[in-house]
Amino acid sequence: MDDLLNVSNISISFTQYVQGLNQHVLKVISDLSLSVKEGEVVAILGSSGSGKSLLAHAILGILPENGNCEGDIVFKGEVLSQERKEQLRGKEICLIPQSVNFLDPLMKVGEQAIGDVPKEEREEAFKKQRDVFSKYGLSEEVDDLYPFELSGGMARKVLLSTALLSNPELVVADEPTPGLDSQSVKETIKDIKQMAQDGKGVLLITHEIDVALKTADRIAIFYSGYVIEINKTENFNDVNNLLHPYTKSLIEALPRNGFKLTEGVQPLDDVDGCPYFENCPIRDDFCKNNIPSLIEHDGVMIRCHKYNGEVE
Amino acid sequence: MYLNANNISFAYKKNKPILKNISISIPDNKVIGLMGDSGSGKSTLCKVITGYIENYTGTVTLDREVINNKGYHPAQLIFQHPEKTMNPKWKMHKVLEESWNPPQELMDTFGLKDNWLGRWPNELSGGELQRFSILRALNPNTKFIIADEISTMLDAVTQVQIWDALLDYCKHNKIGILAVSHDKELLDVIADDIILFDDINKL
Ligand SMILES: Nc1ncnc2c1ncn2[C@@H]1O[C@H](COP(=O)(O)OP(=O)(O)OP(=O)(O)O)[C@@H](O)[C@H]1O
Ligand SMILES: Nc1ncnc2c1ncn2[C@@H]1O[C@H](COP(=O)(O)OP(=O)(O)OP(=O)(O)O)[C@@H](O)[C@H]1O
Ligand SMILES: [Mg+2]
Ligand SMILES: [Mg+2]
Repeated sequence: MDDLLNVSNISISFTQYVQGLNQHVLKVISDLSLSVKEGEVVAILGSSGSGKSLLAHAILGILPENGNCEGDIVFKGEVLSQERKEQLRGKEICLIPQSVNFLDPLMKVGEQAIGDVPKEEREEAFKKQRDVFSKYGLSEEVDDLYPFELSGGMARKVLLSTALLSNPELVVADEPTPGLDSQSVKETIKDIKQMAQDGKGVLLITHEIDVALKTADRIAIFYSGYVIEINKTENFNDVNNLLHPYTKSLIEALPRNGFKLTEGVQPLDDVDGCPYFENCPIRDDFCKNNIPSLIEHDGVMIRCHKYNGEVE
Repeated sequence: MYLNANNISFAYKKNKPILKNISISIPDNKVIGLMGDSGSGKSTLCKVITGYIENYTGTVTLDREVINNKGYHPAQLIFQHPEKTMNPKWKMHKVLEESWNPPQELMDTFGLKDNWLGRWPNELSGGELQRFSILRALNPNTKFIIADEISTMLDAVTQVQIWDALLDYCKHNKIGILAVSHDKELLDVIADDIILFDDINKL
């Protein structure tokens, strides 16, 4: 099937001013490539601060002014310019944002969920909005509430419903389920699967591994601005089928797998060698000064010198 | 020492009671987990206990003594959505200093980098903000932590690190924890007891 979305060699950096006029360029995403096909759900799991939300914002064209983005975002074969991203945003490409600050504080939530629709379509749109809201357990009186009157979970559900209602070709879901009760999580999983069945694409960013396991075709692992592994979903049921040591530690850290502690944090900035060098249990001197590239190994994409024959 | 909420009732709007004569008691040497449906009133209860909501009936006490809402509140709330509670016009060092100046060692254990202190709140990732709001609450005068879904934006590895650091800090400083979460598996590993909100919120 065709690629719906193709993220091609994206790098994102910020210019920081430290002590007066000293400039420092902070690189937060490095040479990142990823694709989503029609009818496919690709999940992104990864360390906090690894660049997942910024990638989402780059696709939607909402990076902050001081962020430099290189590389191409290709949607249905077309390289998207900033203008084009703005045209598609909220229509063909929708974001479910991680931050609840995306809600308009001055607008009732029923109203904001349906968005901009022509007058003659409003009645129909309100009907659909009510259906989606009630599916997520948001009663009729919620339509007239302002965002500050919502509970945490209700705010999430409004953000989710808003994206579903615009019926996009591609959904970029940036943490759609944190803090949601299990019933709503089930509902979300159903909706994500349904979208894929309808031929749409979903890029699902999540820390909730179960949601990824239940919906995704493939799972990409981010660490410090790099994709370090892309593996088939079924392989995540057994750590032995996972290649990168970080990916393994992520699965072993789940409460049900023993809540295993792995020390170490990701580096602040881009480093000269492997981004996982500092914390890696299988590292070699060679890894310190050489960045591994993302290569294929038995059908799995992996960024680690151990697998490309550079080190034992 | 115990933190007690005694017979708390509260409604945002007339005729729509959210908290219905709730009582809950948190010892300073335990982690009490709290689970419940979305929109049922867990965050509201957290805000009552920590002094952010005042016009409720009932009392909040430290052992037998009613907490005076004027000074530093002994029960500190870590909010469910950190991005909503940080002044966008304050850089992170000011956000932190408003509560206290944590020693470098604690900054490191909680994975906070000095580089972040010079940034605005919207220049940090969701999980980075969440870690800030956890450390912000650990002021030496804090006796209880009310943790409202505090690790939802952390990857599994960081989640273990942060809970490990927090449980350790609270044990050493005799701080009790009320941990609200929808994640039963998480509460099973961090909490001593788990309370269902519906069980305590009925007349
Ligand atoms: N405006 C900015 N200036 C400088 N650095 C930034 C800015 N915005 C984000 N960053 C940094 O870029 C990195 C990636 O941020 P991003 O929000 O994409 O992380 P994330 O993977 O979504 O993390 P989380 O899981 O915690 O939400 C973080 O380390 C963050 O501090
Ligand atoms: N400021 C407010 N004004 C009016 N109503 C409010 C306000 N804050 C919350 N509510 C309402 O109070 C009820 C309880 O909200 P609360 O935030 O306590 O729920 P919660 O149990 O924390 O839910 P969640 O798990 O979704 O975070 C909800 O119906 C909500 O709409
Ligand atoms: Mg994020
Ligand atoms: Mg809540």
